[in-house]
Amino acid sequence: MTKHIQVVFKGKLQESAKSGGCGNCQSSCQSACKTSCTVGNQACEK
Amino acid sequence: MEKIHIAPAEAAKLHWFAVPDGWLLLDVNSGSVLRVDEATVACLEKIAAGEELDQEAEEIAAELLALKEQGLMFSDDAYLGQYEPPEPVLKSLCLNICHDCDLRCKYCFASTGSFGGRRSMMSFETGAKALDMVLANSGGRKFLEVDFFGGEPLLNIGVVKRLVAYGREREKAFGKTFRFTFTTNCVGLTPEIAAWAEENNISVVLSHDGRPEVHDRQRVFPNGRGSYDVVTKNIQYFLAHNTRGNAIVRGTYTAYNKDFCEDIKHWLELGFPRLSMEPAVETDGPRKLTEADLPGLKEEYWRLARLYQERREAGKPFDFFHFRLDLSHGPCLPKRLTGCGAGYEYMVVTPEGELYPCHQFVGREAYKLGTVDEGVWPEAKDIVEKFRQAHVYNKASCRGCWARFFCSGGCHANADLFHHDIMQPYELGCQISRIRLECAIWLAVKQKEAEICG
Repeated sequence: MTKHIQVVFKGKLQESAKSGGCGNCQSSCQSACKTSCTVGNQACEK
Repeated sequence: MEKIHIAPAEAAKLHWFAVPDGWLLLDVNSGSVLRVDEATVACLEKIAAGEELDQEAEEIAAELLALKEQGLMFSDDAYLGQYEPPEPVLKSLCLNICHDCDLRCKYCFASTGSFGGRRSMMSFETGAKALDMVLANSGGRKFLEVDFFGGEPLLNIGVVKRLVAYGREREKAFGKTFRFTFTTNCVGLTPEIAAWAEENNISVVLSHDGRPEVHDRQRVFPNGRGSYDVVTKNIQYFLAHNTRGNAIVRGTYTAYNKDFCEDIKHWLELGFPRLSMEPAVETDGPRKLTEADLPGLKEEYWRLARLYQERREAGKPFDFFHFRLDLSHGPCLPKRLTGCGAGYEYMVVTPEGELYPCHQFVGREAYKLGTVDEGVWPEAKDIVEKFRQAHVYNKASCRGCWARFFCSGGCHANADLFHHDIMQPYELGCQISRIRLECAIWLAVKQKEAEICG
């Protein structure tokens, strides 16, 4: 905790570059007619 | 004491934005999210502009550098922009089970079901070949997604049911699991189909546009009559019997209903709990959304975000697809670089058994990839490779965008529609994505803070 800044979420994207990529997560269609599944909305299968 | 200097390029690794109760900051490359105060924002703006820091800004800069030491601030890209996607593995299919429709929705990208060609139905044999194709070409992938799409898939429900049974039988031999979905206009959504979908664990996307006058303006029968009454009744029945919670109501907003929050309120009054509302993608005409609409759309999304938060605090939550964001355990970075995987992980099969990169490309002949009988043609390998390489590092406008690891480069079909180039994203879509993401990040922060306080 600092005076001006509060950490809410500690991101792990860099770590996930080493451990991720299994490809088992849902495909994330970005087309509106299929409810464009912004990738950030997807769940990890691990 | 030596003056603290942080290069302006470091500020480009961050995105800070105003929210209803202050400011949030995203460390783009790590995905960390922080609450910051006005003084921090002023400091960041000085850093970005290369200006000298005053005493208070220096104090904040010291805090920022301490957070950098912890890997929470000014993080570098894990791949430093150098990324080679894995070899193509097909894992997901859209089966255009029917190129026909019992509605004539005015904004239909598929030319009201025919995709610009003749109206036709997929045979069981073609569908079975498609399922065999994905089973045989999915490598180590365990979960295979198949979406029955159209046109209107329920017009060919007999084949859909046979294919689900076939898939369930065939998946055992391969040790894989099909995840089936269908997307329907709900005109033919009978109690019998509802029971079958429930029994077979089929996820369902239910199309509805909200208020009666909004829905009936666009979603009409061939005789011009609106479909609101029929489909609303069918959706209510379907949801009342959907115990798995795997159905979502999705709508399309256009320039006619930029106040789409009112349509979402209408859905809530109807008792629809899981919702998605999307902008129509139109190149011309009265429904087209333009840059001039963005300030109003931004206000509308924030109106929706506040409604979402108020309902959650009141113990009456609803689910809005684009506000669903897991900042603790979301997808890995490799997943976030390549988006939908169209053209190499994901393909569409037409009723005649032709392969295209996705349902949106059907009828764009330059993108035809092959057939279910022949597989991907050798001469189409270049197209597959082009899609495989269409990741955020290879798209100029994505490389500097703070949202690149959430949206993953946007819809290729929209890029092609507006720019005839899958590497140039559709800008209005990008801008709307960024607005929705800021709302979603704020809502995730509110949830986390409530958990901490609760």
